Amino acid sequence: MPELSYREAVRDALSEAMRRDGDVFVMGEDIAEMGGSMGVTAGMLEEFGPDRVRNTPISEMAIVGAGIGAAMQGMRPVVEVMYEDFTTLAMEQIVNQAAKHRSMSGGQLKVPLTIRTQGGAGWSPGAQHAQQLEAWFVHVPGLKVVFASTPTDVRGLLWSSIYDDNPVMFFEHRTLYGIKEEVPDELEPIPIGKGRVHREGTDVTVVATGRLVHEALAAAGEAEAEGISVEVFDPRTLQPLDEEALVASVKKTNRCVVAHEAVTRMGFGAEVAAVVQLQAFDWLDAPVERVGSRFAPIPFAPVMEDYVVPHAADVLEAIRRTVGRG
Amino acid sequence: MAKVERKATLSEERVRTFLAEMLLIRRFEEKVEEQFRAGELPGFLHVAIGQEAVAVGVCQALDDGDVFASTHRAHGHTLARGTPPNAVMAELYGKLEGCSHGYGGSMHLYDVERGNLGANAVVGGGLPAITGAALAFKLRGEPRVAVAFFGDGATNIGTFHESLNLAQLWKVPAVFVCENNHWAESTPAVQQLPIEDLSKRAAAYGMHTITVDGQDVEAVHRAAGRVLKYARDGKGPVFLLANTYRLVGHYVGDPQIYRDKDEFHEVVETQDPIQRLRESSGIADEDYEALDREAHELVEASVEFAKSGTDPKPEDALKFVYA
Repeated sequence: MPELSYREAVRDALSEAMRRDGDVFVMGEDIAEMGGSMGVTAGMLEEFGPDRVRNTPISEMAIVGAGIGAAMQGMRPVVEVMYEDFTTLAMEQIVNQAAKHRSMSGGQLKVPLTIRTQGGAGWSPGAQHAQQLEAWFVHVPGLKVVFASTPTDVRGLLWSSIYDDNPVMFFEHRTLYGIKEEVPDELEPIPIGKGRVHREGTDVTVVATGRLVHEALAAAGEAEAEGISVEVFDPRTLQPLDEEALVASVKKTNRCVVAHEAVTRMGFGAEVAAVVQLQAFDWLDAPVERVGSRFAPIPFAPVMEDYVVPHAADVLEAIRRTVGRG
Repeated sequence: MAKVERKATLSEERVRTFLAEMLLIRRFEEKVEEQFRAGELPGFLHVAIGQEAVAVGVCQALDDGDVFASTHRAHGHTLARGTPPNAVMAELYGKLEGCSHGYGGSMHLYDVERGNLGANAVVGGGLPAITGAALAFKLRGEPRVAVAFFGDGATNIGTFHESLNLAQLWKVPAVFVCENNHWAESTPAVQQLPIEDLSKRAAAYGMHTITVDGQDVEAVHRAAGRVLKYARDGKGPVFLLANTYRLVGHYVGDPQIYRDKDEFHEVVETQDPIQRLRESSGIADEDYEALDREAHELVEASVEFAKSGTDPKPEDALKFVYA
């Protein structure tokens, strides 16, 4: 089994799809010679040439919109929006165009477009390069939303996103690019809409996404030393949500903590809490706890940034609270 | 002298086709206004009465396989591309037989089989996708062209500039048809455009531009043929500026309190593209009236068709959220 970093796993999925299929191509800012601001597409220009690894102007509306148009003609473009903060510049195209063409046309059109983007705090990039905006897109019918947290998952899920016939918002986390793990020899597609239990437990389910999956696993290790058995569940796709697996886990543990880096208010965790209370109310021994960023733009100074975004310690505290109430 | 030459180039058959198409659009939109005022149609409507020559001139020049994106004023483009009036009217009535099966409405007319990638209710919203469709044609080596229709108001919005920039940078086979009707809703050009000649905006990106009298269907058709060939030959995108006139308000029921009455009446008297072709072609009155009758009949039949159409089931709403 080869060992791949999260970054290499993304590149591997893109490259495999492009080797197999002439309709797949990538475009975005600085992705060709430079290999992308995160180095994800490094070396792909040499292999696939400038027609299929396309540098674009700094022009998010046109990058995303051109992807929509090529996708409507049956191609499978993967566009890169350098930071998810910059998806705000393309919101009209994503929300009004990509998400709606299929429905507005009464089923005549498909938009098999993948929009890759990345973000997240932890390295002091300041307020406009560190947001986690994935929840915004879950609110828009017609979009699928994927947020992978491991090399294996990011590889298999990106493949499935490219071959999904719908527009997919594909979120990567800035601080995960360097993490490594052994991955299957052959790329194994992971179905969109299926969550993953990272660690089994009996006392509390932590539903975590992105970087917080790793924070949750660290917290679970510490909780174990205190005699608390934690199950860590990563939905991996936020839309569609694997409600079945999520609810099954909570019915087993009777407690639930939701953890994400995005701000808590109106976040993905609120939706998870709503699903859990509706479908597993009688199984719950404690209120659903939410862990997320404090309600502030991400500040620059490391001490302030660290204070705003959640860490393993915050997850552990939430675990203790929910168990204490039980 | 010029007039004689023009007559010589325009065959009788072509005059009849152009007139028939423009009359169909005109009578269709007049009928739609009437039905809307009578409370027959849900939602709201924008008609393009006065702009028929642009729709007909361009759409008649398209090849099979070409695609286009339209605007909130889409009835003309859609009809001119050959979508049956029955299907367009049924869409306005929200019926399954409609060209978007009741999901779109007046501002979202689609007919993908005929290359209509959708009318867009966001000003400028369709331009980036046309650039992308043209990119797909280029990458696949297909001799097809993607066409965007939009108004003068759209040249102020970001998608216009980003799309033209990218299209020219990548030399994709796209044609950007600006229907300059001199009004952005109620706002006249003088209040929204710091320059008069909008082709300068495309020229600033290094794009080839052609300006045409948008009330002269033959001139539009000739220019469209030229620019489509230019794009199809791989020379890059083109900006086709058609100066035209909206002979009605922004939306159905718009009292146009913002528009000078004398100027408006003069435009109606002198700039009606149908009357201009009728006069310049010298078509016999009885022939013209026969074409007009035919248009009326098609439109009346489309209303009957639409009224007897099938209502979607409420839960059909969830059918096409995902592919």
